[in-house]
Order: sequence, then structure tokens, then C-alpha cells
Amino acid sequence: MAGKDGDRMKIVVSIKQVPDTTEVRIDPKTNTLIRDNVPSIINPDDMNAIEAALQLKDKNPGSEVTLVCMGPTQADVALREGLAMGADRAILITDRAFGGSDTWATSNVIATVIQELDYDVVFCGRQAIDGDTAQVGPQIAERLDIPQVTYISNIEQKSEDTFVVQRKTEDGYFEVEVKTPCLFTCIKELNTPRYPHMRGIMEAFEDDDNVERWTNDKLNIPAEMIGLRSSPTRVKRTFVPEQKKAGIVIPDANEEEVKKVFEDLKLKHYI
Amino acid sequence: MNTKLYIKDLEEIKLDDYKNVWVIAEQRDGEILTNVYELLNEGRKLADDLKVELVALLIGNNIKDQAEDLIFHGADKVILLDNPVFENYTTDAYTEATSQMIEKYKPEIVLVGATTIGRDLGPRVAARVNAGLTADCTSLEIDDETRELKQTRPAFGGNLMATIITPNHRPQMATVRPGVFLKALEDKSKKGEILEENVEISEEDLRTKVINVVKETKQKVDLPSAQVIVAGGRGLGNSDNFKIIEELADAADGVVGASRAAVDAGWITSDHQVGQTGTSVRPVLYIACGISGAIQHLAGMQESDCIVAINKNADAPIMKVADYAIVGDLFQVVPMLIELFNNEKAKKE
Repeated sequence: MAGKDGDRMKIVVSIKQVPDTTEVRIDPKTNTLIRDNVPSIINPDDMNAIEAALQLKDKNPGSEVTLVCMGPTQADVALREGLAMGADRAILITDRAFGGSDTWATSNVIATVIQELDYDVVFCGRQAIDGDTAQVGPQIAERLDIPQVTYISNIEQKSEDTFVVQRKTEDGYFEVEVKTPCLFTCIKELNTPRYPHMRGIMEAFEDDDNVERWTNDKLNIPAEMIGLRSSPTRVKRTFVPEQKKAGIVIPDANEEEVKKVFEDLKLKHYI
Repeated sequence: MNTKLYIKDLEEIKLDDYKNVWVIAEQRDGEILTNVYELLNEGRKLADDLKVELVALLIGNNIKDQAEDLIFHGADKVILLDNPVFENYTTDAYTEATSQMIEKYKPEIVLVGATTIGRDLGPRVAARVNAGLTADCTSLEIDDETRELKQTRPAFGGNLMATIITPNHRPQMATVRPGVFLKALEDKSKKGEILEENVEISEEDLRTKVINVVKETKQKVDLPSAQVIVAGGRGLGNSDNFKIIEELADAADGVVGASRAAVDAGWITSDHQVGQTGTSVRPVLYIACGISGAIQHLAGMQESDCIVAINKNADAPIMKVADYAIVGDLFQVVPMLIELFNNEKAKKE
């Protein structure tokens, strides 16, 4: 049973560093995305994935939580934040050869790393707020040939190797039983991510060697599985969405003005 | 290939071997989901542009009687997999069945609804058959010259749109946001072919077991099919104040929506959330109260036929997309609207 000695689990969390999209603005002159000075954060759903891993570790003392993150050198900040929350180990997966990977290629890389680690459970966030695809989690599970349960909002450990989780649907949830090794993608209803301790933050950030760097020299993933050139999907063009043209402005809303709007809506059959 | 991963060999693909447009006809409890009719409508256009057939893949248990309905809504053919093992959705059974059918019939395009289940199945299938997959598309178009599918979707929380292509891999897979496209109309005179197929899968092969399917008793927040939506945002200040949004929604026979800010603040549950990260909507009337209009919110509601925005700040982004931008205190304006709607109702009765 969970909690007893000897039931140590190897837990891996796959996280992503993302720009805080609520802070992203459009340059009205050039109609392009302003990315400068946009704060980088751990993807929100991934915070729930980290918390789920830490809670599982709390219930199974001696377990190890390893964070993996694919991204540029700066992404090591996200890993240090995760260490400060209580993770034991952090791996930055970084190489030019991985640049431009779509979800297919990205999951090939992350799955290769997880394969190298010993693991019982893999946690991912449901989706990242910069791409909103929700594809990398399931695609990692496919490459590892392990079962997945996505959109989990509750998790219960029934025995050493068996979990019962709730996976949310549009109008309720499925209760699903699954055995390890397995992969879960987490949604924010699952838990409330903990704050790091001050000491945790100091320790996580003061030692340069806290974050391991894994490149393709170590991983040796074949070129046809990674990077921009091997990715099935390509970005053909990007553009700023057209905004609807402005309508009628009622600058000083009094009862009469509001009534006029209401009558207008009726006239045009919106009501 | 030198890898320990579960991946089939990457062979050069002959694009010409792949033909027809597919729609994954998701059903729950034997009932076809609304978004399937949206996929059929959009898929029909793509198939006509390419001069190929529109095929629906229907997987489930005791669902034979639903196949004809897909033909009435535009499918030329239905591939039917009817087996008790498909009673509830499981990733293993549905991925295996879908992948086997894709490998057998080789469609050039596969459309999947971006539901909580479509987004579980789509990526897993795409990884297994080594297809490109574009998530949450809001526009689909065929390139006249290359016959490629141009898949347009929002990125960066709707701040940016990206058009994605899949030049060298097949099928071109896309998940499509529910509520973005219009539904196909029914034509009961339309004829089509039903192909019954079989795949060898047994319960023992499934690595997850569905113990229970729970429908939450509280009324479902049906944003996608709402004609009127009254949505509240940060301007409400607290959860108690959401009551006036509910009152207005009641008076207008509408559904309550909310911005991400209101949901994140815990004032209302996430099933009410409208926007890129919530639900996309296109009601006849959208009344936004105290919502500033973050781009990710606008991305999910600006297709509404008519937008009324109530905000203290005349420069709020929501005011730029509103048909009626009412500058004022929502706590004064909303009660006025409640009264007007209630009077209107009383007149009709």
C-alpha cells in the first residue's frame, strides 16, 4: 500500500516554459506580436502536474520527482522554480537540432529522455497556453507505449501500481482505473499548486549545477525524428486576427439610452 | 531507425496514395455529438473542392442506426465499427481502431472534433500513423494549386493566427473547435454506402478501464448552442455580484458566460468560461458585462451576431468589437436591462 517503506516511485513531470500570454500585446503600428519584456512562466497546467507529482511523493516517501523541460537555455529558470517547489531533479533538454519541432517531433525528443529515466508515472499539463494544442502529452504516451489518461481532475492511488482517476468530459467525468507505468495530463481542477519555500528558492537558484543539460550528443535521436525539417506540420504564415469594425458607442448610459439600445436590438431581431 | 521508442518506420510517403476527406463521428451513449454535423458541413466543402468523397468513421456499440443520419448530413460513405469493446471511449481501443482504418483506407484529410475526447484520440492516432496534426482549427481551406489543406488556428491565446500546412505527410489531421462552423443541414433523400468493418480488439488489450461514467447532475452549461449569452468579468468585483448576471441571463432566456479573469478569481466555475481557453461561442446576442476583452476572450466570442458591451472604460478592447458599446456602470445598466427584458416577456404572456 501507498505510504509504506519500499514503495518508492519514480515520477517524471514534463513541463514547458511559456510567455505569459495574458501579457502579450500587438504592436499597433507593425501589427506584430510584442514579445519583449513579456514575463516567462511555468505553463499553468504544468504547475498542477508538478503539484500532483509532489503530492504523490508525499504519500510515497522516498519517491523521486524528476522534471524535464525542452527549450532554450533560459528555460532553466522554469526548472529551478520547480526544484524550489520540491522536485528532486531537473533536466533541461536543449539543442539547436530540436529547434522548430512541432508536437510530433517534440514528443519524440521528450519521450526519448523519459525512456532513459526509470519511471512509474509521467505527469504533464493538459496544454500549454502559447500553443494550446494538448497534443504533446498523448504523443509522449504513444511513443513510450504506455496508457494515458488526459484531463484528470482527481487522482487516487489504490495500490502500489494502480490508480483510479477522474477524467473530465464536457458534462461530467469518467472514472478510470489504470496501472503503472502510465501518463496523466492534469487540469487546474486537480489541485492547488504549492508555493516554494524561501529556502527552496535559494537552494534552487544558487547552484548552477542543479539543472542537468541534455543535448542530442547524449540522446542521439535520429535526424528524421526531430526539428523543423522532420516535423509533419509547417507554419505557412502568421497574421494578426482582424478585429470587427466598431459599432455604436453610447458614451453616457442613462435609462433612456439603454432603452433605445434595447428597442434597436428588437428591431433588428437580436431579441 | 536507432530508437527505443514505439514508432513505426518512417517511409517516404506517396501523397497520391491518399484520397478522401474523413470525419471522425464522435458519439457518446450512442448519440452523435453536435460538432460532428459541423465537421460534416466543413468536410463536405473540402471534399467538393478536392472532387473526392466525404467519409464518416463511426465507432461505438449498438450504433448502426446512427450511420444513416451521417449520410443525410453529407457523408458519401460511413465506415462502421460496431462492437461491445467500444461501449465507452478508451484511448487504446479507439486509437487502434482509428489507426487501422486510416492505414487501410488512406484518407488525405481527417477531421476530429476538438472535444475533451477528440483531443485525447487525435494526437495519439497522429503519433501512431505518423501524421501531422493541427489543433483547434477555426478555418480550413484547400490550396487550389497544391491540394494542401490550409489549417488556420489561433496561437498565443488568440493574439496571433497561424496557417499550418502538412506538406509531406498523410493524412493531414486537424482537430476543429466545436461551435466554430455551422452545422450541416439534413437531406433525407441523400443516398450513401455503409461499410461494416471489424478490428481485433478485446477487453484484455485495454490498459485503462472505465469504471464509471458520471454525468454531473447540475445543469450542463450549454454555451455552444445558446442563442443569448450574458457574460461577466473582472468588473463584477466578487462572486456575489454574479447574481445580477444570472438574473439578466434568466430575463433574456440566455446562458451565463464568464471571462477567464472571473473564472481564475473563483467567482464562477470554468464550464462558464468563454474564450480561446474556454468555449468558443457564436450566439445571436452576446452581452458582455464588466469584461475588458483580453484577446483570448475576444477570440472565442467575436463571431457573435450582435455584441453588447457594458464597461466603465470606453477604451477597453471589448468596446472595439461591440455593436453597442455602452459606457457606464454595469451595476446601473444591467438592472435596467433586466427590467426591459422582463417587461418584454410580460407583454408576450
